[in-house]
Amino acid sequence: MKELLWLIVALPFAGSLILVITGKGLSRFTCVLIGVGSVSLAAILTMFVGVDYLNANPTGTPYIETLWQWMNVGGLSPDIAFHLDTVSLCFIFVVTFVGALIHLYSAQFMWKEEGLRRFFIYMNLFVGFMLTLVLADNMLLLYLGWEGVGLCSYLLIGFWYKDPANGYAARKAFIVTRIGDLGLTIGLFVLFINFHTLNIQAILTAAPGKWPLGSGMALVTALLLLSGALGKSAQLPLQTWLPDAMAGPSPVSALIHSATMVTAGVYLIARTHVLFELAPVAQATITIVGAATLLVAGLAALNQHDIKRVLAYSTISQIGYMFLALGVGAWSAAIFHFMIHAFFKALLFLGAGIVIWVLDEEHNMFKMGGLWKKLPVTFWTFLIGAASLSALPLITAGFYSKDKILWLSYASDKGSVWLWLAALAGAFLTALYAFRMVFLTFFGDAKKTPSQKPGLLMTIPLLALAVLSLIGGFIELPADMGHFTPFSDFIEKTLPVTLMGTTGHYTEFAFQLVSAIIAISGMIAAYVYYFNKPFPAAEPKRNSIQQFFYLGWDFDLLYSTIIVQPIVFLSAIDKNDFIDKCYNGLASLAILINKILSATQNGMVRRYAVVLAIGAIITLTIILYL
Amino acid sequence: MNIGIEQGMLLAALLFLTGLMGLLVRRDVIFMLISVEIMLNAAGLAFIVAGSAWKQADGQVMFLFILTMAATEVAVGLALIIQLFMKLKSVDTNKANTMKG
Amino acid sequence: MNTLFYISSAFAVFATLKVITNKVAIHALLYFIVSLLAIAVVLFILGAPFIAALEVIIYAGAIMVLFVFVVMMLNLGKETKENETKMFNVKMFTGPAAISLILLAEIIYMLVHQSGASFALKIIAPAEVGRLLFTKYLLVVELGAFLLMSGIVGAYHLGEKEKLIHHRFLKTGKDIA
Repeated sequence: MKELLWLIVALPFAGSLILVITGKGLSRFTCVLIGVGSVSLAAILTMFVGVDYLNANPTGTPYIETLWQWMNVGGLSPDIAFHLDTVSLCFIFVVTFVGALIHLYSAQFMWKEEGLRRFFIYMNLFVGFMLTLVLADNMLLLYLGWEGVGLCSYLLIGFWYKDPANGYAARKAFIVTRIGDLGLTIGLFVLFINFHTLNIQAILTAAPGKWPLGSGMALVTALLLLSGALGKSAQLPLQTWLPDAMAGPSPVSALIHSATMVTAGVYLIARTHVLFELAPVAQATITIVGAATLLVAGLAALNQHDIKRVLAYSTISQIGYMFLALGVGAWSAAIFHFMIHAFFKALLFLGAGIVIWVLDEEHNMFKMGGLWKKLPVTFWTFLIGAASLSALPLITAGFYSKDKILWLSYASDKGSVWLWLAALAGAFLTALYAFRMVFLTFFGDAKKTPSQKPGLLMTIPLLALAVLSLIGGFIELPADMGHFTPFSDFIEKTLPVTLMGTTGHYTEFAFQLVSAIIAISGMIAAYVYYFNKPFPAAEPKRNSIQQFFYLGWDFDLLYSTIIVQPIVFLSAIDKNDFIDKCYNGLASLAILINKILSATQNGMVRRYAVVLAIGAIITLTIILYL
Repeated sequence: MNIGIEQGMLLAALLFLTGLMGLLVRRDVIFMLISVEIMLNAAGLAFIVAGSAWKQADGQVMFLFILTMAATEVAVGLALIIQLFMKLKSVDTNKANTMKG
Repeated sequence: MNTLFYISSAFAVFATLKVITNKVAIHALLYFIVSLLAIAVVLFILGAPFIAALEVIIYAGAIMVLFVFVVMMLNLGKETKENETKMFNVKMFTGPAAISLILLAEIIYMLVHQSGASFALKIIAPAEVGRLLFTKYLLVVELGAFLLMSGIVGAYHLGEKEKLIHHRFLKTGKDIA
């Protein structure tokens, strides 16, 4: 059964291809059937392949399925090969399962759009590329998936292309991630020069022998790979694209910008963990970037009025947690948080999508209110998602995953108390903005009444994801709650075990108590400030600090001043440069010759005779003197 | 009775250039045709001079052909001038120019 | 003989100059006939009596007469004389005069650098010319006949008045009311 691994990747691509080729000949229902069906089949197949793989390889040895040799040029001979181990199994489970639910949701969400077929083409293409990325056997195939998801992200953010602002947001996303991809490309070059292969397992086994711990080359390579991850995962300093990417439809935000594409950076770092372990400075950089990002994004999320931008900054912040975990060596904790985050963030985005949809494209939370009675399913699932995001203790899955990161940020051998404090502050902010969002959107006076109700296709994914957000955490209980850790055992078949600096059940319990109190106090603070308060139905007034946080710490202005404006200035100078003058000069010369020559055709006979006479003179002169 | 060939040629040249000047200066089409005749005659004279220098009859034969050609040309040319005059009611060549530069 | 040559040449050049500076077409033609007669004398002196005769008979007698007839037929009246007087200004002579003088200078230069061969004059009889025409230049004679034929036909057609009806199938608009 596990030989059908290639089919998991092929099914979404096939779905996309069929929709492209058959053109507009299919009915809307058939398009939706193909689009949703391909990913759903891939999800079902993932279950079978996963079970079969686990039965066949209980110790977690990777299963490699080689399809064909891609190219053989200059010593580089990558194959189209899929590498299935526990990490990639976890990822493809999340991608296909959450992807299938989101496709189901978007079947109803996008039903009235005229670009329905185009939407499913792009979504299926995206799922196909993401699966290629996580199943890739060598760095080149991974890079193919990397670029492919970037392309599909651009296409989907700018889906409603008739509004130029959407196109601008899509361009911004593509260009900012491109900057990161440049670093990744150079990293691939360095890897190939040093190892003469791009096969990931070969590199990981050869690296410790070739590069000693802390060597310069390892540091350079690790930093280059990190820059690619920063771009794709929207961490500092390349995080500016993600809030603007909310211009795309809500299912796109749910799939791409919360669950899958932005976690590609996490996957990359987890995959090439050996290189990062060989370069402790790079790993420390990951930690610091993660910690800084989660604080920056948390403060920014607190001051947004657009519901989707809150969720976007929240995504940046939560991926900061994952980076923090990767940096301190808590590999399985990062993967665990990725999985749980995919569940509740997709849930939150889908719920926000429903709210926006029923209120006729109203994004401002201050203009919503009183929806908890009118949209009961949406409200309860949204509440579950927000609770999981805030890591409310014991009942939500988010508690188990985020708490593990909080504990390991102190207790891991690379952890420190400062990291723990930063993560704790982030947890407070998270609870605060999450419940602010819930209270503003669903409680208070009803400023707008919903025009329609969501249908069954939209509520089933919400319910499924809500269930997962509640019970998903129970597969990984902390050490002082029974130490039931099937998930980290599962992951640690591939990734290294986290090294602990501090242990002790009582210490861990104390930490958990503190984080639980922080989360609940965040919720209470949000209740005090935002529950049933009469806010005016407009953008809130902000003082200058709040404005600064609202603009995402104004990275846009910074980049505009130091990068964009100098380039625009230089290219304006270069626009009419010397080379242009050569081309324009040729054209002007041709026109001039035309004018001269057409002056000879003037029909004046005597002029012709004059020319004849002058010609005779010239001929005679030539004969006489030459 | 020695006439240098240069003097004969000089005469022919002078007549030719006079005809050329007439062609270039006059606007009247009849005068232009007369100037062309002058030039043809001068060219023929040059041929005769050359033939005399070589003491052969070839120069005279050439003049004969030039004469034939001049006759034909005058006939056809005058017919054309008549047609032009019927159309334009004037013999000014500038009026026969409908090209726009 | 030399003096006769020079006098006739002077007459020819003077008459030709009068041709091109004239304002009335008929006067110019008459001056040209004088020039032709002077040139005929020159030709006679150069030893080409046949050609001299032909010059007078054909050139002055046929071609110029044709010119005179056509000019008379065109009936250019007094207003033409006034037009010509207006059109004729001395400034227009400068350019062509410059061209002509340059050409003259070049021709004189060429002539001066020749080996100055003066030739004893020998009269070439018409029989000699005829012999050449019938043997060496036979084809050219035939071609000349073609030329004359085409000239006749062309001149006839070009001189026709415009027909109202070209063909009974192609009625022009003038006779169909």
